[in-house]
Amino acid sequence: MTTKKEIIGIIFNSIEEINQQNDTHIVKDINTKLFGGNSELDSLGLVNLIVSIEEAINNGYNVSISIADEKAMSQKHSPFRSVDTLADYIVKLLNEK
Amino acid sequence: MLNQMTEKKIMIITGTRKGIGRYLAEYYIKKSYFVIGCSRGETDLVDENYKHYCLDIADENQVKVLFRDLQKDFGRLDVLINNAGVASMNHSLLTPISTVKKILDTNVVGNFLFSRESAKIMKKNNFGRIVNFVTFAIPFKLEGEAIYAASKAAVATLTEILSREYAPFNITVNAVAPPAVQTDLIRGVADDKMDKLLNRQSIHRYGTPKEVCAVIDFLIQPENEMINGQIIYMGGV
Repeated sequence: MTTKKEIIGIIFNSIEEINQQNDTHIVKDINTKLFGGNSELDSLGLVNLIVSIEEAINNGYNVSISIADEKAMSQKHSPFRSVDTLADYIVKLLNEK
Repeated sequence: MLNQMTEKKIMIITGTRKGIGRYLAEYYIKKSYFVIGCSRGETDLVDENYKHYCLDIADENQVKVLFRDLQKDFGRLDVLINNAGVASMNHSLLTPISTVKKILDTNVVGNFLFSRESAKIMKKNNFGRIVNFVTFAIPFKLEGEAIYAASKAAVATLTEILSREYAPFNITVNAVAPPAVQTDLIRGVADDKMDKLLNRQSIHRYGTPKEVCAVIDFLIQPENEMINGQIIYMGGV
């Protein structure tokens, strides 16, 4: 069973990668906003982050998941609101596999 | 990783079993690319610098296997040529919906899937070249090719929009519309219809795969990073 702590670690690694590539300073904290007005990420930054996280998970767990699928996009409360909500969402996706 | 041994540029070509795709595969192998090809059926192309996948290009799971292998073997991708395509010449009133779905799946969904997965790898090296195939059936508004032309019009728009989405990653996306070339794609078209088509081109003859390659060579050159979102119609259309 995948733990939320493992997934948060992966998300933080991807944030670090994005910060290095784009000279941004997104804070590695579970309450960091990923989406919406208070986020330091613009739309392209969010795309890059999601692609990086997907790849890390696909390689690390030998699965193929799409984080930004219809389910995620149609939810009333977006899973991309924060690191915390995204980690919950990814754990749920992985445990469904 | 294999590429640590080869240091070759890596190219994916879809639809390599026959026609222009087969020619492209052999041509770029000779130009020292490692070519990954695919088609619905097996190929008799065997070369140490070629790897073949039998798959449906619109099947996301099958396509992801190809890209997972690519990532593991090479960790990079330089060029994608979205050559695979199907057509079916028929009046729309007689076109079954199964044909419509097959053409849209192969020509649009397949193109999109390969473009998306390729860009994910290309962006990591901040370099990529994607070349799509469209058709003169679009500007000619060719009767009998409603769904084929509509699917390729979708590819033309995909080319233009993806070229903008991928530009920040130094990936260019362009399209070539070959002239009439004598392959299986036009095998079922009557001679008199083909003659009329050739007369509508300003160059009244069939093109060759070699001439199509010349345009692709231009588009994929690293120096041509300012050529982006363009559709090149051959044959003087």
